[in-house]
This record gives sequence, C-alpha cells and structure tokens, in this order.
Amino acid sequence: MMFEKAMTEGLRPKSLPSAAGQSLRMFKQDGVWGKRLLLGAVLIWFGFLVLLPVGEIVLDALSDGVIPFLTALHTPAARHAFWLTLWITIVSVLINTFFGLILALVLAQQKFRGKTFLNGLVDLPLAVSPVVAGFMFIVLFGQQGWLGRWFEQGGIQIVFAVPGMVLATIFVSLPFVVREVVPVLMECGLEQEEAARTLGASRWQTFWRITLPSIRWGLAYGVTLTTARSLGEFGAVLVVSGSIIGRTQTATLHIHQEFNDFHFQGAFSASLVLAAVSFLLLIIMELVKKHVGNGQTLVR
Amino acid sequence: MSSPTIKGQQASRPELVNRSIAIGYIGLMVVLPILAISTQAVGEGLSRLWQDLIQPEALFSLRLTFLMALIMVILNSITGTATAWVMVRYRFPGQSLINALIDLPFAIPTIVTGLMLVILYGPQSSIGTFLTAHGVEVIYAKPGIVLALLFVTFPFVVRAVQPVLMEMDRDMEEAAITLGAKRWRVFFRVVLPSILPAILTGAAQAFSRALGEFGSVVMVAGNIPMKTQVAPVFIYGEIESYNARGALGVSMVLLASSFVILLLLNIMQNWGRRHDV
Amino acid sequence: MNGMGIIIKNISKRFPAGKDGQEEFLAVDHVSFEVPKGHLVALLGPSGSGKSTILRIVAGLEEPDSGDIFLQEEDVTFRPAHERGIGFVFQHYALFKHMTVWKNIAFGLEVRKSCPQELRGRVKKLLELVQLKGYEDRYPAQLSGGQRQRVALARALAPHPSVLLLDEPFGALDAKVRRNLSSWLRRLHDEVRITSVFVTHDQEEAFEIADEIVVINRGRVEQIGTPKDIYDHPRSKFVASFIGQVNVLECHADNGAIFFGPERLMIPGLKSPSAKGEVVLLIRPENVDVSFEAGNDRLPGDIKDIRYRGDRYEIDLEVEGLKINMKKDKVYGENLNLALGQRVFVRFRRCSVFESEEGHAAIRAKLQSLGYIE
Repeated sequence: MMFEKAMTEGLRPKSLPSAAGQSLRMFKQDGVWGKRLLLGAVLIWFGFLVLLPVGEIVLDALSDGVIPFLTALHTPAARHAFWLTLWITIVSVLINTFFGLILALVLAQQKFRGKTFLNGLVDLPLAVSPVVAGFMFIVLFGQQGWLGRWFEQGGIQIVFAVPGMVLATIFVSLPFVVREVVPVLMECGLEQEEAARTLGASRWQTFWRITLPSIRWGLAYGVTLTTARSLGEFGAVLVVSGSIIGRTQTATLHIHQEFNDFHFQGAFSASLVLAAVSFLLLIIMELVKKHVGNGQTLVR
Repeated sequence: MSSPTIKGQQASRPELVNRSIAIGYIGLMVVLPILAISTQAVGEGLSRLWQDLIQPEALFSLRLTFLMALIMVILNSITGTATAWVMVRYRFPGQSLINALIDLPFAIPTIVTGLMLVILYGPQSSIGTFLTAHGVEVIYAKPGIVLALLFVTFPFVVRAVQPVLMEMDRDMEEAAITLGAKRWRVFFRVVLPSILPAILTGAAQAFSRALGEFGSVVMVAGNIPMKTQVAPVFIYGEIESYNARGALGVSMVLLASSFVILLLLNIMQNWGRRHDV
Repeated sequence: MNGMGIIIKNISKRFPAGKDGQEEFLAVDHVSFEVPKGHLVALLGPSGSGKSTILRIVAGLEEPDSGDIFLQEEDVTFRPAHERGIGFVFQHYALFKHMTVWKNIAFGLEVRKSCPQELRGRVKKLLELVQLKGYEDRYPAQLSGGQRQRVALARALAPHPSVLLLDEPFGALDAKVRRNLSSWLRRLHDEVRITSVFVTHDQEEAFEIADEIVVINRGRVEQIGTPKDIYDHPRSKFVASFIGQVNVLECHADNGAIFFGPERLMIPGLKSPSAKGEVVLLIRPENVDVSFEAGNDRLPGDIKDIRYRGDRYEIDLEVEGLKINMKKDKVYGENLNLALGQRVFVRFRRCSVFESEEGHAAIRAKLQSLGYIE
C-alpha cells in the first residue's frame, strides 16, 4: 500500500533532533531588504524630526557649563515664573480632576437628553487654538466682558492677572481626565457598584472603595496628561496674562521673554528644565499607559 | 458620590446633583466663553465680520494656515502609518524606548519645541548655514512652519493606527498571499482599506491641532505678515496691537473649522465600523 | 494511480521559545505522507498536534526547518506562498471585509490579470457552484457563517489552484451547519476533483468525508489509512483511544474454535489463529448486536444500563460476568424496545484477534503497551 513506508516512519520512536544539529535552511527570504529599508527610513525620519531637536536643547543649555545654566535659573524673573507655573498647574490639575471625575461619572453612567452634546462639548477645548482660548477669556472677563464687568466692580482683576491665567489653563487641559476615565468606567460596567450597593455600601463608600480603585490607572493617565498640558501651556496664557515680567509670567512665557530679549542662556536653561520635567511626565505616562490599554486611550 | 442609574427608573437625587454640577461646569468653562466671543464677533453685524475677514493679512493668514496644515497632514499620514507599521510588525532593539519617545511631542511645551527648532535650523547653526547656502530657508520661512507642525502632531496618526494594526487579523493578509498577491498588493488592497479610517482619524486630529498651533510656529516662523504669519499668530498680533476687533473674524473661522472637524471625526468613527462583521 | 498531488517528505518545524515564557517546542516532527491526485485527505488530531502547522507549511505560510514539499510533483519547498498555486480556506473565513462577495471571489483572478470576460465567467460559475448566485453584491458582514465559508471556498477555487487546503473549515460554525457543510464539501469535491487536504479535530467529520485519514499527534504521524482501516486496525495507543472505546474479551482457542467461557463464539470472518492457546478479542461497541432470540452464534446476557445520547444509545450488557459496552444509533435503539434488566442474546459482528502462548496476561500487557486498551 502506498502509505506503508510513511506509516512505519511515523510510528518508530524518534529522539528529538537538537536545534544545533539542524542544517540552516535557505528558504527564500523575500523582501528582507525591503523591510530593512523601511525600518531604516522610519528610524531616520523619527530621529531627525523628534530626537535631534531634543538633543540639541540639552547640548545648548549646558554648552557654557553648569554654572551659567544654574545662574540663569536663579534670576528673580525665572524663580517667579517657575513658582507661578507650579502654582497654576496644581490648581488646574486639582480642579480638572475633581470636575473631570464628576463629568466622567455622569457621562459613563447616566442617560439623559443631550448627553451626546455634552460629550462633544468636553472634547471642544482640544480643538480650539490656544490663542483663541485666551482671546475668549479676555472677551468674557475683560473690562466690558459679560462677567468682567462684575469683577471690575468688585475690584478683582481677572485678565492680565493670575486668575485669568488659571482659568485659561483649566480650559485647555479640561478634557484629559474625562476622556481617559470614561472608557475605563464603561469597560468596568456598573455591576460592581450595584453589588456594593446591595451589600449596604453608601454612595460615598461605593465611590471610594469600588469605583475609584477600578479607574485608578485611567485616572492617573488623565492626571499626567493634564499636568503636562498645564505646565506647557503657552498661547492661551500669553494672551490672557499680558506677559508682565515678574507678575504674570509662567515658565513658558519666561522663555519667550528671554528669547525676545536675546538672553539665550536664560531661554535655554528654562527650556531644559521644562523639557526635563516633560520627559519625566512622559515616562510616567508610558508606565501608566501599560495598565490602561495599548495606546487606544490617547486618541479615540 | 455616584450611583449607577438603574434602568427604567428616574435618576436619583445624587445623580441629578452630579449631572447639574457637570453641566454647570461645562456651561461655565466651555459654553460661556465660546458664546461670549461669538456674540462679540457678530455683535456688530455679519457684514462687519466679513469686512474684517477679507483684510489681505487676515485672508493670507488663513490660507497659509490651511495650506501648511494640509501639507503636514499628508506627510504625517504617510510617515505615521509607516511608523505604526514598523512598531507593530517588526522587532528591533530599542523598540520599546522608541515607542515611548513617540509621545514626546505631546509632552514637550510648544514654546520649547519652537526654541529647539530655531536653534537647530536657525541662521547661527551649522545646519542652518548649510541649508541657506543651498537656498533653503527654514526659520522665518514656510518650511519651518511645516517642520514645527510635523513635530507637534507626529504622534496623532501613529497612535491612531497602531491599535488597529495590532488587533488586525492576519488571516486576510495570508488569504491574499495564498491567492497570489505580492506584498505591495496585499498592503494596498487588504491592509490599507482596513486601517484607512484610523489614518483619517489621526489625520483629522493632527489637522485640527495644526490649525490652532501657536507656540512652536510663532518662534520658528516669526511674525512676518503676508509671509509666514499663520492665523493664530495673526490673532495674537491683532490683540497685542489693541485691535482685537480685527482678530474676531479669523478666530471665528478657526473655531468653526474645529467644530466641523470634530463632527467629521465622529461621522468617521461610524463609517469606519460599517464593515465590521 | 494518476500521480501524487502532494508529497510531504520529512518535514520538521520547531518553534523558538517565546517572550511570554513559552518554551521552545517541536511542532512538527519528521512528518511524511502523500496525497494522490484528486483525493480528499483529512489531517486528524487533537488541538496542538501540529496539524495546522503542517498545512500552513504546505501552503508556504510557514517555513519548515527541514524536509521537502512537492506539489503536482514539482519541488516547491523554496517557493514563496504566493507562487504555489494553492487554494487556502481559513477557519475564520478571512474574507476581505471591505469587498463584496464578487470582489472577494474575483481577487485571485485579478491578481493574475485575467481578461475581464474570463474573470466574469469564472466568478459566475463559482457562485453557482457554491450556491450563492444572487449574493454578488453583498458584503461579508451581511452573510451567515455558512455562507461566508462558501464564499471563502469559491474564492480559493477561483484562480484554478492545483491543490486545495482547508484549515478547520467548519470549526467556527455550529454543529448542524457543520454537518451539512461537510457533506456538501464532499459532494463539491466529487464534482471538482481537486487534490484536497483538510485539517480537523472532529473524528466523525474526518471519517465521514475523507478518502484517507492521516492521524497526527504531537507533531508526528500516528497512522495513515482509509477511515475503515484506521477504525478497524488502529496501530497505536493514541489512535485507538482517539477514535473510540473497545471491548476486551479474554478467550481461548481450542481445535480451531474460539470460546468465551463455555460458549463458542461464531463471528463472521473469525479464524482461530492456532489450535490451542489463549487469545484476546477486541470488539468495537458498534459491532455488538442484541436480539431476543437465542441462537448458536449468540451469548446470553443482561442489560445493565441504558444511556441515551441524543443521536445514539449506549448500553451496558453483562455477559458471563464481563461488562460489554454497546453503541447503536437512535433508530436501532428505538426499534428494539430495550429495557433495563432484560435478558438478551448478544452477537458480535466483527473483531480483532490477538494471541500469545504466554497467556491472557501477556496479551493484555502487550495490547496495553500498544495502546489498544487502557
């Protein structure tokens, strides 16, 4: 029978051939060079576009040595700028986290007319140019603005002062916490919370002990993005603040000022600090991202 | 603080409280500012708005912005897709590091980006002088704008395409191969149609961002009206020269474009799912 | 025979250790077999046995570490997948979601730059062949699982492949559709007469439609033969246990006749191997019959248990103190009207005989080592 020789071969006990003993196969590797070319091209493009400028900043900030670098950071203007940035970032992050969580809960767990509209509105700040954002707050809170009038009467300065900058920063970094928490909430579903409620947990307890832990990675990612955005905001605060040295300048505005004044060391130094902090935030972002999903949450 | 809505029942009080807070917050922070500027813009009549818009500088800035964004989007769609492909399908040393670095443009403040590009390609740098000698102007010229936009929007297309590629069933590609197709054909007729919605999503987000980009462009391109002045820079210029009125028209155009793109994005998501089995 | 459609010689493949802690393992271990032109052969084995890998190696979708593949007697071992002229049907259809049924089927022809008229004719013909005329403009999302698989088949057949390979083609479908489609596949094959190999873990499916079966386990060929061969003469422990249970009867031979206890066994075709000695009989449950009439070819026995399994009956009998397992299809079972505790007369239709001078224990031990019995 035609299968006989095959049968006996298949049944005889065989010892496992060692990998080393195998002769190398020259299976036709079609397109290996094509792959290498593509990989090379992509890496070169990425290196040129992204890595090169970043490397340059590091070099230039420290090119004259560490002392001038540090000195430039110690000027009163610089110190004030960094302090202001820190302050505004903290406020922005806190407010956006608080309201962002509420928004996320409402959007993920409730059903009502106009929900889709609300959802779209949350995304809006991402689409608005920072300059226009700043402009909007000037219109609103300026001397003749709808709300500006009242604050004017009360003697409170919003535009060309820190409050305006805070508002503008909150606006531009508004969507992040919401956008990152909503998908996580929707994935988790309501069952765990419902179970907790049936077991007698109060709403607060349910939130604290069930909801919050289940969204912690999405929340962390959203907070990190919010921080990065608030830190780096430029256009909106530039317009809203009037960029008054030592009064309404954040770190980013400070860099702009230094550059315009040809104080390059000052500009580079502050840039390096901001870049370093951003880089740190980036690392945190990537670490947290692994727990959230595979990059899906950043863009919808 | 929260409570799940039980189907069919009226929302409970805490839920309503949350809902009101949410709506109030958005109303105050998002709707109000937009309403304010829109009212201001059309407050003196639409014809006035139109007049502001057709000023040569305003018009130029808008056209330049759209053109630069378009060029950037085309470039980034190609390079972004290629990058996503390489990240998902290939294996090479340092891959996870590069993967993390792709998000760098999102983390770095735009002004720092602008500064980096100016030092790198500016008149004092080696690259800058080299390029100028060959007749290529980067800083204070249009290529610089495109470069800055390319940098700040690089991650959009990559991150939009990556997950789709990762989840994609290789079956279809293998089927095409067994039917005799070579690699390019497999890519263009089988892979590309599947990832096209993702590419367009990333491209739309990149375009939207590019329209409004300020920090990096203002450094790289300066503020030369009728030459390298993009719309956001124009707006800034007008505000600084106490001519906010003049900036309103351009602002409205930018705002409207953003809305339209957001809408298109939403439609695109659904279009992308039409063939899902 | 009219030549070999597929020849597989000594194919091995090892998968390297994976990043996720997966160990390196030998997926295919020196596998060889041949498929005659125009035959439909099943690669049968449990999941993880390497059968899909073997199929993919034939298709060119995986590279073997060693060995050769011949299609239509041409050496294609080093030829890339898109040049092998094979048709491949995937378990999850792999239809081009964004193309219509028509475009899917036409794809292979377009790649070959067939002239439009020829293309149109061929696609139409295939649509009729798979009974999907009128569905040209539908998209895969609008079709049922069975319909999708038929489109996949048509698509694979369109560019006139020399060989058709199917990887668990009905694995993703529910049982009823599965059965319909597998017999439909057989009829299709008879019409088209293309050399075909299909991979399955479903023993019934393989037995029902294949000309020959190659039983695979842990990357090795266990046995090759017609369904009948394999069923009646399993050659290894694995094959025997994979394809069903068996009853073991310890008998003794005397003067050319075989006795189970005091009773003489009359089984058609049964020949005593020697004049005297101990023999062991292996009898498949399907080959056990009962009736209410005594006879000299029957043994008395009692019904101890009756189990209904949806499409068949399993009955436990006791004959001379030994439990005998019987399997019959539903119709037979209903016709007989059996009940617990009844006295019946047991007859065997067929058996395998094993003998040894050393006695039953030795024979049992040997059979156990060969894997025929537990």
